[in-house]
Amino acid sequence: MNLFEYSRPEDPSTAAKAGSADGASYIAGGTNLVDLMKLGIARPTRLVDVNRLDLAKIEWRSDGVLRIGAAARNSNLAADPGVRARFPMLSRAILSGASGQIRNVASTAGNLLQRTRCPYFYDGVSPCNKREPGKGCSATDGFNRIHAILGATDACIATHPSDMAVALLALGATVVTLKADGQTGRIALDDLYRLPGDTPNIETNLKSGELITHVELAAPPSGARQIYRKVRDRASFAFALVSVGGIVAMENGRIASAALAFGGLAPKPWRDPEVEQLLVGQAPSTEAFEAAADCLLKDAKGRGDNSFKIPLVRRTLIACLRDLTIDGAEA
Amino acid sequence: MTKTPNSVTMDESAERIILDRGVQGLVGKSVARIEGPLKTSGRADYANDTKLDGAAYGFVLTSEISLGRIKAIDVAAARSAAGVLAVIVDHPLLPSDGSAGNASLKRVPRDLPEVDSYGQAIGIVVAESFEAARSAARLVRVDYDEREGRYDTTRHLEDVEHEPKGGLIPDIKRGDIDAVMASAPVTLDITYTTPHYFPAAMEPHATVATWTGDGVEIHSSLQLLKTARAMIAASLDLDLSKVRVLAPYVGGGFGGKTGTGPEVILAAIASKETGRPVKVALTRRQTAHLVHHRADTHQRIRIACDDEGHILGIGHNSIVSQKAGRSFIEPVSLGTLAMYKGEARSFTQSAVRLNIPVAGAVRAPGEAVGSLALETAMDELAERFGMDPIAFRKLNEPEKDPLRGSPFSTRRLVDCYDEGARRFGWDRRNPTPGEVRDGEWLVGMGMAAATRINLLQESHARVSLRLDGGALVETDMTDIGTGTYTILAQIAGEMLGLPIDRIEVRLGDTNLPPSSGSGGSFGAASSGSSVALACETIIAELARRMDVSPDQLVLKDGVATARNVQSSLVDLLDGDDIAAEGVIKPGKTARAYSQAAHGAQFAEVGVNAVTGEVRVRRMLAVFDCGRILNARTARNQAIGGMIWGISYALHEEAVVDKRTGAFVTRDLAEYHVPVSADVPAVEAYFIEDPDRHANPLGVKGIGELGNAGAGAAVTNAIYNACGVRVRDFPMTLDKILAGLGPV
Repeated sequence: MNLFEYSRPEDPSTAAKAGSADGASYIAGGTNLVDLMKLGIARPTRLVDVNRLDLAKIEWRSDGVLRIGAAARNSNLAADPGVRARFPMLSRAILSGASGQIRNVASTAGNLLQRTRCPYFYDGVSPCNKREPGKGCSATDGFNRIHAILGATDACIATHPSDMAVALLALGATVVTLKADGQTGRIALDDLYRLPGDTPNIETNLKSGELITHVELAAPPSGARQIYRKVRDRASFAFALVSVGGIVAMENGRIASAALAFGGLAPKPWRDPEVEQLLVGQAPSTEAFEAAADCLLKDAKGRGDNSFKIPLVRRTLIACLRDLTIDGAEA
Repeated sequence: MTKTPNSVTMDESAERIILDRGVQGLVGKSVARIEGPLKTSGRADYANDTKLDGAAYGFVLTSEISLGRIKAIDVAAARSAAGVLAVIVDHPLLPSDGSAGNASLKRVPRDLPEVDSYGQAIGIVVAESFEAARSAARLVRVDYDEREGRYDTTRHLEDVEHEPKGGLIPDIKRGDIDAVMASAPVTLDITYTTPHYFPAAMEPHATVATWTGDGVEIHSSLQLLKTARAMIAASLDLDLSKVRVLAPYVGGGFGGKTGTGPEVILAAIASKETGRPVKVALTRRQTAHLVHHRADTHQRIRIACDDEGHILGIGHNSIVSQKAGRSFIEPVSLGTLAMYKGEARSFTQSAVRLNIPVAGAVRAPGEAVGSLALETAMDELAERFGMDPIAFRKLNEPEKDPLRGSPFSTRRLVDCYDEGARRFGWDRRNPTPGEVRDGEWLVGMGMAAATRINLLQESHARVSLRLDGGALVETDMTDIGTGTYTILAQIAGEMLGLPIDRIEVRLGDTNLPPSSGSGGSFGAASSGSSVALACETIIAELARRMDVSPDQLVLKDGVATARNVQSSLVDLLDGDDIAAEGVIKPGKTARAYSQAAHGAQFAEVGVNAVTGEVRVRRMLAVFDCGRILNARTARNQAIGGMIWGISYALHEEAVVDKRTGAFVTRDLAEYHVPVSADVPAVEAYFIEDPDRHANPLGVKGIGELGNAGAGAAVTNAIYNACGVRVRDFPMTLDKILAGLGPV
């Protein structure tokens, strides 16, 4: 049997030390890790339970920064009145993912670090570079309807499945960590994730034992409008085929600032600064939105079953940008 | 005292509906499930809940190739793993895969460890815990000599087997459909495709096996116990009398539990080998390959009409896949045979042989997928004529079975259309696609006809009127969530004049009289008739004791009244139970009359103009399925069937990897069925018209009827909403997207 040691430290520094041991894995809600352990895909030899670290708080700092504890439950974060008022796209993104039961136990850090839903990764048998480096990728010419059109390589075309991470990325979140040596780390969310390259088994830039303690969000630009739109195969409990998280501020009829992040497109939540720069200073128009979509998709590569994502994200982005910039609508 | 069985063969139509003699007022009412409190409080023990002292746990070993020979299996590491009791890979009775179309699960030939589909059972690990067994299973190393197989139906459409052995309906050709198609002024010739579907029952496929001497007791999740018992006995080389099967509660079957899975036989073998009771539950992901699926279909529909829309000829020619050597061939055209007029008729089922897991009966074999094609085609043709889809169907409504010429037993389809249209508000439908908008959503309405063949199976039941004034109903019938416990109690209570809480119902045990089991929507008609017939014998005996004829006897609330004499039933018992057995058998009325249940399905959907997402907004259907036994459970079955219709049309797809023959979408995160948010207001109504020709109760099957036409109503509504016609199911948004206008 895959026997493992289990510890439940009371303070983060003890946890970070325990987590830096060989074969260690942190566990909070366990909604993904336990599944992967049952399937034999994750085989940690040590589980470090982070539920007693007092990291479940959702706090507003005096400088207006929202500090989300790594162990805050998805349901609590989505329901927080301050989050709903100031970061509605975050609430919406969280509530569009999984089911109520899963959100009740799933943690903030766990949501960020959840693994792909690629069926070949999950089946435990098919060649998969993420699971067994060097074996090849079964999805590139297999059933790849849910797979990536951006940022992928022939080594791996898996997508990151989180909704929450897409919203956090558009909102410019920073991940705060505690390293095994006791130092605090700060990583822009975009830099937390690595693209697959030829090492899709390495998914983040976290060092061994590095423990996510918080996620921080600066106040959004005043008057900016937010959206999170998820397109999926059924009304609930399905991963995004495509999702768009956007926050746009208007000034004198022109786009003053824009941040856009995308789910379902890439191995990580996707953000492309060029697309945003293209929009800033523009008056809303179909042409401007089409140009933004062209820019986003200039390197897009469909592989058959997933090729529909190219027109789908184009259409969804245009509709989102309209909603974000339409005159007279409430901010 | 026990009477001789009251056995009725349906060679003649019932003179009157047997239930009509009752005055208790139970039948037809909305009665809550009598076992409901047990289920909602966790006291109903499903197969995997069975607790037996000293139980060990089995985990099924499965093949990781589709086709080839097993050269060697190294089980040393697994055998020495902690908690492992046995690793069985070379037992002479080792089964391979599901039983659909097979009487026995024995490997043939037994001495060659051949693999002929992915995920096939190749052995079992038995351990002190499920976790230990599962973990040890990963240590088993199998060396294969793999061969290239055939996995993709579309690649082999030119290489089909015509009239394949084991087809459920023969090829039928009348007149010359080709000639009619060539000469008719209006014709439709379109091929529709449906994917493989999993049954996807919620309850795990689980078995607990234990031996007492040379007999085996099997607690399992099965729909048809009589069949299962025979299969298990044959598979284990046992006499029938040495096998007892128990399935008191079954959490959904959907066809997937009509056979007997290899895990049942493996549990029995493992129990014998270890001397312990052994529990085996398939994981959800294992069910993809170890439980049969519904075959994918390619359906060519041809309909030829005259200028006014009268159908002159109709063809429904299908190609379905099936594993080599297996005999269940999806009867795709079953629901088309007698549905519409037309002199020329051509119905064929051909098979492509593949090296993928076995296909079998899943939720309305034939009609569920056949109606997706036929009823979409009818919608396409109605539009061609500029006719309302209901008017077009009415124009082609036959007065008698258009194939056999026999009368319909009952057929109230036109009434279903009319009442459905009225209740749904069909007159508010804009016939021009794409014109109704609700914000970003394009809104449309669609309808389809429903039909499902009506079946009756031999079924036995025993009813005992007991000294405590209550009655006991016993049969090996299963309740797969359909309400069997409750309707049998209602029938017995109605017949014997007892309140429902005085009836005890025992089901799901092959020590009880053998029943039809649950499948093919024949359960209520078959098992219910046997219960009513048993009651009839008891009534005759009570009448004899009161010295009156049965017709003079009125039974209500435990009191018998005849002329002006009253007696409590307990007093009439005279110190001993009265037990009687009832037997129903199908007979000549099944051929003399064309028997089917019918309905009209309506759907309103929204199609997102940006993304192509489809959301069903409401559904409504009116069904003609004979006498209704329980308004609540009947509605429950009907709407359940309709929801599966949403599922066929929009969600479900068991994807086979064309390179390996393995199913890719193995769990419920990837194999989508509708969740609550996908299921809007669903309404079902019944036109009650008891069918005297079908069975003594006058009832017809309901559950599968709800499947039929429901999916086509949804996709016809999608067309009405956005003008996109997809003929390749399921109708996922990627297929709709291409047809939508610019954002």
